[in-house]
Amino acid sequence: MHGTGRTGVTSYATPTDREVVVTRVVNASRSLVFETFTDPRHIQQWMIGPEGWTMPVCEMDLRPGGAWRYVYRKADGSEMTLTGRCLEIAAPERFVATESWGPEWPESINTLVLTEHAGQTTITMTLTYPSREARDAALKTGMKEGMDQGFARLDEMLKTLV
Amino acid sequence: MRVAADALSTTFFALADPTRRAILSRLADGPATVKELSAPFAMSGPAVSKHLRVLEHAGLIQRGREAQWRPRSLDAAPLKDVVAWAAEFRRFWDASYARLDTYLDRLQQRETRHARHR
Repeated sequence: MHGTGRTGVTSYATPTDREVVVTRVVNASRSLVFETFTDPRHIQQWMIGPEGWTMPVCEMDLRPGGAWRYVYRKADGSEMTLTGRCLEIAAPERFVATESWGPEWPESINTLVLTEHAGQTTITMTLTYPSREARDAALKTGMKEGMDQGFARLDEMLKTLV
Repeated sequence: MRVAADALSTTFFALADPTRRAILSRLADGPATVKELSAPFAMSGPAVSKHLRVLEHAGLIQRGREAQWRPRSLDAAPLKDVVAWAAEFRRFWDASYARLDTYLDRLQQRETRHARHR
């Protein structure tokens, strides 16, 4: 029997200037969910974005300091590589790793926290953009910091703009 | 997920300041003069003008030419790129999580079957 958490919906929030939090509830134990987030055999099956994307390369050296690398291929043949380093592995509840999209982007620290209740697992993924220096660097290259700022304000602004 | 990084950087930089966001929100209601835009803020005219220059540089506001006091108005086009990018982040995770739901179901059915055969 599964609990009554709302499944099928992803929620997005920006609790601080440096964070984006993505939350989802699934009908599975957290030990299974932990595997789907950390084992390449599983990751390649689902963490592949919209229709038409694939992940031809998925490497994960699951230990503190271990490197990970995902290569995404889009329908048009273009590729995108994400890399990072594992910082903390506490199965089945917590996984912390850095994430980088390349030298021109600021690096984020991604914290995955899994909590289980009545057969359901709440997946909370927090993307943190570190320190003021990093934030300033992010402002120079734009993207990630902007995403935070964007999330914080855009929904609100768009109601009047679009 | 990389789209027009440089233009986006400029837009993000412009949006990163609360005063500038407040100015944009005000302009969403309609054009306003520099004096009108300065009114809600405890800052000097030159300071407000500096913010306006950043917003202009990002293509977020336009300057009217017809009137002597040159009212500023909002140009939402660059914001749509920002939204498109943020939307892509969401699209990525919405799609991936939808797939995770199906995948977890499949894994659990397989487990149940194995347990029955044991």
